[in-house]
Amino acid sequence: MTAAKWRRAMNTGVVSAVPRLLPSAGGSAAPTAAPAPDPYADSNAPRWLKFLWRNLSPRHVFTLAFVLLLPLIVSPFIIYQVASQALIFGLIALSLTFLAGYGGMVSLAQMSVAGMAGYALAVLGVSGTETSLGWPWGVVVPFALFIAVLCSTLIGWLSVRTDGIYTIMITLAIGVAFYYLVLQNYTVFNGFQGFQKVYPPQIYGVNLSDPVPFYFLCLFWAMAGYFLIQWLVRTPFGIALQGTRDNARRMSSLGYNVTAHRVAAYAVSGLLAGVGGVLLVWYNGLISPGSVGTGWLINLLVIAVLGGMKHPIGAFLGAIVFILLQTFAIDVIDRERFNLVIGGVFLSIVLFSPDGLLGLWAKLRMRFGPSQVITSTTRRHL
Amino acid sequence: MKNTKRIWIRSILCAAAMASLNGIAFGQGQPVKIGLLATLEGPFAAGGADGMRGAELAVKQRGGVVAGRKIEIIKASSDAKPDVAVNATRKLVEQDKVDIMVGPLSGGEGIAVKDYSKTQPQVTFINGGSGAQATTLVNTSSNFFRFNTEGAQWMVGLGKAAMDKGYKRTMIIAEDYAFPYSQVQGFMAEYCRLGGKVPVKAWVPLGGKDYSSVIATIPKDVDALLVILGGADAVNFLTQYENSGGDKPMMGGSITVSQDVLNYKGKRRDSLVGTISAGPLADSFDGADWKAFVADYQRNYPVSAGGYPSPSLFAFVYYVNMKAALDGLAAVNGDLSGGQAKYRDALQKMVLKTPTGDVRLDSNRQAIGTTFVTEVVKDSRGNLSTKVSRKVDNIDQTLGIKPEDFKMGSRDVPACP
Repeated sequence: MTAAKWRRAMNTGVVSAVPRLLPSAGGSAAPTAAPAPDPYADSNAPRWLKFLWRNLSPRHVFTLAFVLLLPLIVSPFIIYQVASQALIFGLIALSLTFLAGYGGMVSLAQMSVAGMAGYALAVLGVSGTETSLGWPWGVVVPFALFIAVLCSTLIGWLSVRTDGIYTIMITLAIGVAFYYLVLQNYTVFNGFQGFQKVYPPQIYGVNLSDPVPFYFLCLFWAMAGYFLIQWLVRTPFGIALQGTRDNARRMSSLGYNVTAHRVAAYAVSGLLAGVGGVLLVWYNGLISPGSVGTGWLINLLVIAVLGGMKHPIGAFLGAIVFILLQTFAIDVIDRERFNLVIGGVFLSIVLFSPDGLLGLWAKLRMRFGPSQVITSTTRRHL
Repeated sequence: MKNTKRIWIRSILCAAAMASLNGIAFGQGQPVKIGLLATLEGPFAAGGADGMRGAELAVKQRGGVVAGRKIEIIKASSDAKPDVAVNATRKLVEQDKVDIMVGPLSGGEGIAVKDYSKTQPQVTFINGGSGAQATTLVNTSSNFFRFNTEGAQWMVGLGKAAMDKGYKRTMIIAEDYAFPYSQVQGFMAEYCRLGGKVPVKAWVPLGGKDYSSVIATIPKDVDALLVILGGADAVNFLTQYENSGGDKPMMGGSITVSQDVLNYKGKRRDSLVGTISAGPLADSFDGADWKAFVADYQRNYPVSAGGYPSPSLFAFVYYVNMKAALDGLAAVNGDLSGGQAKYRDALQKMVLKTPTGDVRLDSNRQAIGTTFVTEVVKDSRGNLSTKVSRKVDNIDQTLGIKPEDFKMGSRDVPACP
């Protein structure tokens, strides 16, 4: 997709799909609305408290309470297989959402980056295979993340000079090459069989592979990733990145180094994907070439598109829907046809709402919700 | 606060969805729930579907009722990847609350599900079709049973047949993963003991297309090739070997000499006659139980309804394992109480009547059973088919080697250059 198309898509779409990209800007976001007076301006409360007061709405509290209390409501199975898995894939998809939604670069190699972190964890750490080096997890995990960031940066450096479909092709090629590398290399990656018995560590007597502790581990990192992106897209870097998405040539003539911004975006996405990859290996207890095959490269794109790329939460919504379908579709329909349900849901969501679930929600609000002022969120930053 | 309302509704919807999912799981009733896992996606999708048919056939033969308790089958699918298999199994066990679990289909899946079974001691796991040695040799699980023999056991008898044919030196060409390792071991354990030599083993990637480099390394002084490749790979190899002018006689692994190979139309077609191979079943076996099983399969799953002309390997092993699950249930009169202790005891002690003969379990809950050595023959109309040349009974998992001397098959084990 060209920069011009991105710009059009981002401006003509249902704009309210982005629920307040700039909460910190308060009422001053829309050019037409007068700035709301800050009721806490005179207070002596610490800054972080004022920040919270200004930005916290009941929905935040409710969502936080919901995700924290979830283990009390549902069974360990749902906690582990649905919630934890959705958070992990949400986190990896978030790295793609960040690249594609904010940087305009659709990378299919995000699952491979996650896989690189996962393989690093298995090769260097403890596993059931003799070739693993057995380093302690406190060393291996940072190292795995470092490798993910490094590889992602290299992938970015290779692919940022291209645009649209060429980026997709290059990143797909890298992903497939990595798949065949781990499939056919036996000395390091143990080929077809991969690595078994890669379990999360025990910390202070808490076994992180139990459903509830593992859920909170995933929740912590998913929220960390979510808020990192939320914060990052409001920083000068994030705004410049969105500028390069909307019009790279103009940003360049304004003096911004477009390539550097894009490569930096790849590095950030590599960190997110790396954390997701480590969690994914711990979740499965194993990693094999199947985890980084073409099927999963595409699935990740499906998750991101399903949820919508205009807001970080879309990645997690998409992941929840995807995992629910994957787990329960076989109960709804004949056993040989259950992939049809997954495909059908995906097609119908994309058909009726090109912006995914976020766009669907925005459409419903447009029709049934209270009337609202339409403003361009993408223009707010500029 | 326009967003407040939205998030409220969103969260409520989400909570409702979660709650309704949770409501699906209800307590144990009178029926016995059996989870059935096979690969309905991925490379073994056709085999998985036939495995499901085999398992269903075992349930049908009992009319869906054992000891007055209705049998309720809950199915799940994987795609031959271990992580997917564990996810599907976890759903059956923890969400659908099955009492007995039958599956999975492929080797890597079997090891992963066996590891998972340790965390679920309340459920009895019975293998489906998977044939990796490690599942019941290393780090065994007390509630995982396997009533089918595995890859190494399936090749017993081939070594002797090769020596009988005068093949003193053999080159092995096999795919590079656990199942062919086992197959190679099953062959070599016997072959090397009888004085055969294997100077070269070529490990090729799964799904490879180009075998020219392997063909170039075939030494002049070997008498035969043992080819352990899956269906399409075997045909690819055969075509390229013919084009390069090769003329060594072939031996096949348990899944190599299949219908696609026998239907091969190349010039060397006639040279396939005499190809020997070994496996847990033989289409042309004339035992009465086998014939009854085949007839029953053909009646329930005619070719017009998607069945095969004769039950495949996966239909057979799933049938055997599901039959074991139901026979065990009948033996304890449907009593699964006390953490299924009585049921597991009955499984352990059972002598299972299978279409190819009796099967017992060893102390690792692994089947001791029968293998057939087959040979490709040409019938009067020129069609190739297999005939049974020998039947070997009572093969245990260590292939008659003392357990302490037995080493699991790998790329380099065993060796006799």
